[in-house]
Amino acid sequence: MSEDEFLEYVQGGGQVETRDWMPDEYRAKLIKFIEMHGNSELMGVLPEREWILRAPTLQRKLALTAKVQDEVGHAQLIYRVVEDLGKPREACLDDLVSGRAKFHNVFHYPTKTWGDVGVIAWLVDAAAIISQKALLKCSYAPYARIMKKICWEESFHILHGRDVVLTLMNGTDEQRELVQEALTRWWGPLMQFHGNQIAREDDPMYVWRIKSQGNEEARQQFLDGYVPQIWELGLEVPDPKLRKRDDGVWEYTEPDWDELRYVVTGHGPRTADRLDLRRRARERSAWVRQVVLAEAA
Amino acid sequence: MGSAGGVGGSGVIYEVFRQERKGQAFQHAGSIGAPNLEFAEVYAREQYGRRQESTALWLVPRDAIDELDDFVDELGRTYHRVDGYSLKAKLKEARERAAARSG
Repeated sequence: MSEDEFLEYVQGGGQVETRDWMPDEYRAKLIKFIEMHGNSELMGVLPEREWILRAPTLQRKLALTAKVQDEVGHAQLIYRVVEDLGKPREACLDDLVSGRAKFHNVFHYPTKTWGDVGVIAWLVDAAAIISQKALLKCSYAPYARIMKKICWEESFHILHGRDVVLTLMNGTDEQRELVQEALTRWWGPLMQFHGNQIAREDDPMYVWRIKSQGNEEARQQFLDGYVPQIWELGLEVPDPKLRKRDDGVWEYTEPDWDELRYVVTGHGPRTADRLDLRRRARERSAWVRQVVLAEAA
Repeated sequence: MGSAGGVGGSGVIYEVFRQERKGQAFQHAGSIGAPNLEFAEVYAREQYGRRQESTALWLVPRDAIDELDDFVDELGRTYHRVDGYSLKAKLKEARERAAARSG
């Protein structure tokens, strides 16, 4: 199979298995994309971890703990897929803690209040699940298969987040204010989350059918699904230009792409702290890996 | 911490197949790396069974799988498949003949 034939195959909906021949370019793009997903799952637990001890009830602490376990589990499955493509998990973790690899913009920010936890669990997870559902059709079949389990667990995460937000909205004025403040803080990063408006035909991840939708399609789907849900709670979205046109397309203020680039290249307000925590955790747990592998040998 | 590379290898890779309900086929769900079967069982339970979403799991060392994928129909033998039998036109003709005979 030539590279052109391969391209035609995946663009026609064809799927590829680990041992199939694939162009080097495709393999490199897969590793880059899937590794970043794994990094994001692993780094995404840190903002939530900060709240396990501070969560208001035992039920909430347990739910957060379960979510953290889910997401670390996703990272394990995802790194396994990357390993089969040729990059060992240890190399991924080396690149992550040294700051060479990227992870999603939303995990570079602080979580100031319990309102942030609700908004993240509801809306950041909602934005993420839109991207993830589109990966169920990924041209690389082993990745598409594990996305089934991942999406299934994410649906519990969104409900948990919505439950936290609704409980606050049914509480006191101060609690409603916490949600509004958090939404105001998170709206910018949320609008940046799906990436710039590159036409999907120009996006290599779409060309190879690693993704099955373009960035703007994902963002429109997010706005269409969630802005009405935000508005019906009496919350205000901090964008005066936000509106749905008669043709169904959402208009919005241009997201701050400079901020996105700056943050994901390692300059977010909490990037250094979280990478440092990840680095120390890895060092502290090295003996466990040593013992386990010695046991097996 | 490059030295972690020496201690963090995956050991054996196990392919995991899960059965969602009794009586259903086992389907490939993903793979896990583990130092041995004992660890693999713990990891597989956590990954694929902790919400009772599976009734059973099969763990198979990847090396034990023998894959055959070279199925080529070089002679175009449609006679042993359903797509070799297109009856629509023949049935139409037969019905017309029958109608003409009885009419």
